[in-house]
Amino acid sequence: MMDSIAGLQLGFANALTLGNLGWALLGCFLGTAIGVLPGIGPALTIALLLPITFKVEATGAFILFCGVFYGAMYGGSTTSILLNTPGESGSIITALEGAKMARNGRAGPALATAAIGSFIAGTIGTLGISFLGPVVVDLALRLGPAEYFSLMVLCFVTVSAVLGGSALRGLTSLFFGLLLGLVGIDLQTGQPRMTLGVPELLDGVNVVLVAVALFAVGETLYMAWRHTNEAPQVRQVGSIMMSREDWRRSIGPWFRGSLLGFPFGVMPAGGTEMPTMLSYYAERKLVKPEHAKEFGTTGAIEGVAGPEAANNAAAAGILVPMLTLGLPTSATAAIMLSAFQSYGINPGPLLFEQQGVLVWTLIASLYIANIMLVVLNLPLVGLWARILKVPQPQLYAGILVFATIGTYGISNSVTDLVLLYVIGIIGMFMRRFDFPTAPVVIGMILGPMAEQAMRQALTISEGDWTTFATRPVSLVILLLAATALVGPRLYRAIRSG
Amino acid sequence: MTRRGAGPDLAVGGFVLLLGALALWQTSVIPASPIYAQVGPKAVPYVVSAGLFALGAGLMATALRGGWSHALDEVREAPPTNWRSLGLLLAGLAANLVLIGPLGFSIAASAQFVLVAAAFGSRRLLRDLVLALVLTLLVWFLFVELLGVNIGAGILEGLVLRALGQEVI
Repeated sequence: MMDSIAGLQLGFANALTLGNLGWALLGCFLGTAIGVLPGIGPALTIALLLPITFKVEATGAFILFCGVFYGAMYGGSTTSILLNTPGESGSIITALEGAKMARNGRAGPALATAAIGSFIAGTIGTLGISFLGPVVVDLALRLGPAEYFSLMVLCFVTVSAVLGGSALRGLTSLFFGLLLGLVGIDLQTGQPRMTLGVPELLDGVNVVLVAVALFAVGETLYMAWRHTNEAPQVRQVGSIMMSREDWRRSIGPWFRGSLLGFPFGVMPAGGTEMPTMLSYYAERKLVKPEHAKEFGTTGAIEGVAGPEAANNAAAAGILVPMLTLGLPTSATAAIMLSAFQSYGINPGPLLFEQQGVLVWTLIASLYIANIMLVVLNLPLVGLWARILKVPQPQLYAGILVFATIGTYGISNSVTDLVLLYVIGIIGMFMRRFDFPTAPVVIGMILGPMAEQAMRQALTISEGDWTTFATRPVSLVILLLAATALVGPRLYRAIRSG
Repeated sequence: MTRRGAGPDLAVGGFVLLLGALALWQTSVIPASPIYAQVGPKAVPYVVSAGLFALGAGLMATALRGGWSHALDEVREAPPTNWRSLGLLLAGLAANLVLIGPLGFSIAASAQFVLVAAAFGSRRLLRDLVLALVLTLLVWFLFVELLGVNIGAGILEGLVLRALGQEVI
């Protein structure tokens, strides 16, 4: 508790300098813009921005990245409400009621309740990070490599097998990522692995390349595959003023959504789909009878306020395992983790000790970013709505320009571009056959870390593989992972059998 | 039980199976480590390749039982394959690949931009070209000057640099 307050004091003193405020503002602006634009998300944007880690010191770069991360969440709701095409999985539910409100001329209040809900959820989530972070760190410091390895296994299972449509397809995505992570020279023994004899692959496959391939090239290819000449219709914003009744109906859902979303983000169960969905059903149950008929017809404001808050709180929660344990549970967090690595910083329990100033400045910047974002999004919502009118041909052509320079810039190699397009085509088919893409990126980043932890654990145990099962904490985590993997199937089998 | 759509799913399963086989082969050719280690460089690759192989087999089995993708809303409601769009887009990627070495980023990426915009139904080629040249040059300067990305100047970037009186990188 005292640690957190002292940390925040230090953090705010640093975050309120002109330079760091500038990074936060730039990140928020960029994040909202890319959140609004359909087809690009925070993971792709941060991947393309990774080169600044060579030029800018760590604090500034991470403030920028976190601004993008938070901003994309705000922007995403604008797209789901005005265009009825959710930009990211967490806004699917927002689109349900939000787009209906927009169709009935209530886009303004829907956008306002989403923005204010995001602000409340973001603030509660950031408070959660500030006070829960140090507690998790204390616990994490007692974990050895064996426990770490088991935690990563749990993380693998939850991001691939629990979320999404099918465990089989989720795991396939994960293993594809693990395979990509193996390419290159083994750091411990210096042996080349999985390189197919191609010398360019000795350095490994770059995570920026994979993120760009899956999120930009694959997405664009899929859009071309399914292209029709129907232009999507953008709804008018109108007045964003919420009536007194709108406020009264939103307050409960904002807080319930926030409190529901944050724990989901913190647990390596990760993901924003589940909490947004739960919040939606909760609000549908709790709504006053006189408004119940608005759900699914004219659009109920509760159905926007709750899920949107849950989405943002869960997203903030994802930063807890990322900063305290070094475990990314979303594609964006995985890319941020690789940014830490390119500074030579290892996220994990020692981060709070060794890089205390960085961490607390970052957390303080999250509070600041939240305030900036609510200001950027409420009065300026008309500006963002105009971004939605960027015509599709030029938008996708532009995305590919950035994809090209982001990849070619890594090493000026045409081989990289070939790899980009091959993985992009795989990404297109993944989209068509409903394979999730986030586990690829997570597996690629977390895989090598898990291998290292496993080897350390086995060196300590002198090659005894039972170490993962005889250390109690490790065993409990592994059992949790096994439950998460087979539990849902068993439940279904019992119910239907 | 319908068997519609199982064919493509079967192909996906086959692809994953092949990828697993490729990974198994690549693992088998990892040289034995001269350095002593409790866990050699092959252990994890074997686990990953075998896992991929098993998942491929699992996908094949699912496909043989009727497949999964015909039940997806997105597939059922999808418009037919737009070969024109897809072809133009792939042509754009190919143009970029061929041109970027000899002519540099801006020209290659502009060619790509025009083809991609055409793929998504743009009919104003000339306007797209002007837009593309401005955008690619801006992006080049942004990445090279501000982000410090090292991308050598191509023909167009060289001309602009010279016009600005700067040294060509």
